[in-house]
Amino acid sequence: MSHNPQPTTHNVILKAENISKQYRLGTVGTGTLKDDLNRWWHRIRGKENPYLKIGEANDRSTKGTSDYVWALQDINFEVERGEVLGIIGKNGAGKSTLLKILSKVTAPTTGTIKSRGRIASLLEVGTGFNGELTGRENVYLNGAILGMTKKEITAKLDEIIEFSGCERYIDTPVKRYSSGMTVRLAFAVAAFLEPEILVIDEVLAVGDAEFQKKAIGKMQDISKGEGRTVLFVSHNMAAVKSLCTRGIVLEHGKVAFEGEINQVINFYMNKQNNFSFPNPVFKKINSEINGPKILQCELKNLEGDIKSIFSAGDIISLHLIIQPDLEVKKHYCAVWFIHDKYGEEFAVCSSGKMNNKFYDSETILIKSNIDSSGLLPGDYSIRLVLHIPGENNFDDWTAAINFNIISHDINKTGFEYTSIWSPKAFLKSEWE
Amino acid sequence: MKDKDILEKDWLFEITPKNKFFSLNLKEVWQYRDLLTLFVKRDIVTVYKQTILGPLWYLIQPLFTSITFTIVFNNLAGISTGVVPSFLFNLASITVWNYFTACLTGTSNTFASNAGIFGKVYFPRIIAPLTVVISNLIKFVIQLVIFFVFYAYFYWKGALLSFNWSTILFPAAVVLMGILGLGFGMIISSMVTKYRDLNYLIGFGVQLLMYVSAVIYPMALIEEKIPDYGWIISYNPLAYIVETTRYMLLGVGEFPVWGMLYTVAITFSVFIMGVLLFNRTEKSFIDTV
Repeated sequence: MSHNPQPTTHNVILKAENISKQYRLGTVGTGTLKDDLNRWWHRIRGKENPYLKIGEANDRSTKGTSDYVWALQDINFEVERGEVLGIIGKNGAGKSTLLKILSKVTAPTTGTIKSRGRIASLLEVGTGFNGELTGRENVYLNGAILGMTKKEITAKLDEIIEFSGCERYIDTPVKRYSSGMTVRLAFAVAAFLEPEILVIDEVLAVGDAEFQKKAIGKMQDISKGEGRTVLFVSHNMAAVKSLCTRGIVLEHGKVAFEGEINQVINFYMNKQNNFSFPNPVFKKINSEINGPKILQCELKNLEGDIKSIFSAGDIISLHLIIQPDLEVKKHYCAVWFIHDKYGEEFAVCSSGKMNNKFYDSETILIKSNIDSSGLLPGDYSIRLVLHIPGENNFDDWTAAINFNIISHDINKTGFEYTSIWSPKAFLKSEWE
Repeated sequence: MKDKDILEKDWLFEITPKNKFFSLNLKEVWQYRDLLTLFVKRDIVTVYKQTILGPLWYLIQPLFTSITFTIVFNNLAGISTGVVPSFLFNLASITVWNYFTACLTGTSNTFASNAGIFGKVYFPRIIAPLTVVISNLIKFVIQLVIFFVFYAYFYWKGALLSFNWSTILFPAAVVLMGILGLGFGMIISSMVTKYRDLNYLIGFGVQLLMYVSAVIYPMALIEEKIPDYGWIISYNPLAYIVETTRYMLLGVGEFPVWGMLYTVAITFSVFIMGVLLFNRTEKSFIDTV
């Protein structure tokens, strides 16, 4: 079924022109009938739909005056063949609506989308799975729903089953599957679709770690190896960064930023983090867990001032107050993971062994000093964990505190290290 | 400039706010034919999963209905079915009538019952009502087999039964019925997406409709017994189809030539109207359903 691309002067495969989508809020009832009749009355007199003129930008947190909102307003973009476009934005920014329009689930209120290739969507995997049918029957059914022919599915059946890792259950009704298995099978079907344009929404957030890795790998194959055009919506900035070449930031139904993916992510992260960055103090008053707990954590400089903005090379001092639990006899340690702004684990620091017999007080203060010269400028967050190595975690706080590295001039050369290659870490080195 | 012209032309498709006024888009339906067969298979197969009697349920319902009708309407109320055994008369009517109602109620629910799947993927929406019509056709054929078993039995017992020239047209009559059910179903399904009122009407409406569709009596009988209101029946296309199929199968009643032409005309107008409304609805029903 593949549609051979015509050689054209410029290679735009998908073009959205003035896409808008209006929704009516509230319930459908007699009030709606009044609007419908009014709309119809305008139409038969050859007039424009009166409700298109009103409506407000879609901001879910504020109370509006109109029953009509614009989920999308005047969206314009072009996608070139082989490009992987990331679409990011907060919840309710209009991402899903845009994907729904692209995958023809709903029509735009105004505007057109022109396409040179078949579009298939992975909006939510497992659409149309029927519990009574076996895995194999569902592969056929789901494949056909996604637009494959029987012949195409038969040709790929073995690969699909192998990729899903459900060989053993393939002739068992799907209702007996675990939810993870269902998702694996469904994703496997979708992953072997061969449209020119693939629309993917958040499907990577499913399955266990092994399968997620497999899924991301497959996505990478599709986009990079096979040169397919992909539109990718996700909250996982690390995945967006590794998959996409270009991106769009949606905000209240409008395109807020468009460009190369690193710029797009920076733009988005800066907006996102305004309210919480930087945050050098973490306090937990009532924590319900058993075992030793973290009560407080502060970032300080060497002088002892609370601080969260550092230059690379500064010493970051972490003051941790924990409440020991005398019942716990084993050695445990405090660990902090440094995450980068995409939420990826970036570095780890660990205390030595701690044991109750050293502590007889209610609370203890642990200090550790980190040499920050390995960190490039950017935003980082710290996850705090108290645990027995190889066994259980007592206390675990993701993104408990965060800080910025604002400049990087550890060699005191007077010029700052800026990267066009975006490496992750900086290694201190001696030069001769 | 020339490049630009070529560029504008070779878009594979466009996504626009509204469909064209009338489009059946048979080409697209043909592309999705495998989906249609798989849907039909799903409907047929899953019905009798985890039951003991399995597909026998297809047969039990018309048999018991026919027995009840025979007792109530023929033995008790005394409706005469002429030379044909009442049970066989009822079985023929009910088998045909059931096909129509199954098509109607099944398709009238298209958007509401498929909202989950329609909300996530695109395929030609008309596949869903077509699935209903086709899987019910298969069910109908199974029920027809049981009818012929009883036909053979009564024939062997010496009842005056005969096929005639028009029996050849029986499949055409069935298809006509399917199209009529599909047409009405599409109209209702389109209207029901926003306002659910029609759902309630359909529930009991279909039952009442049976009484004005000559299912339990021959058409001639009502005109004879209640001539004042009998004319209503003569405007009901369904009555003609039921009457005609009975004539084809049992040789009773008459073949209403004008009535059937009228029915064909109605069927196609209803169908076209159904397609029009369906087309208008399918693009954005997901926002209101």
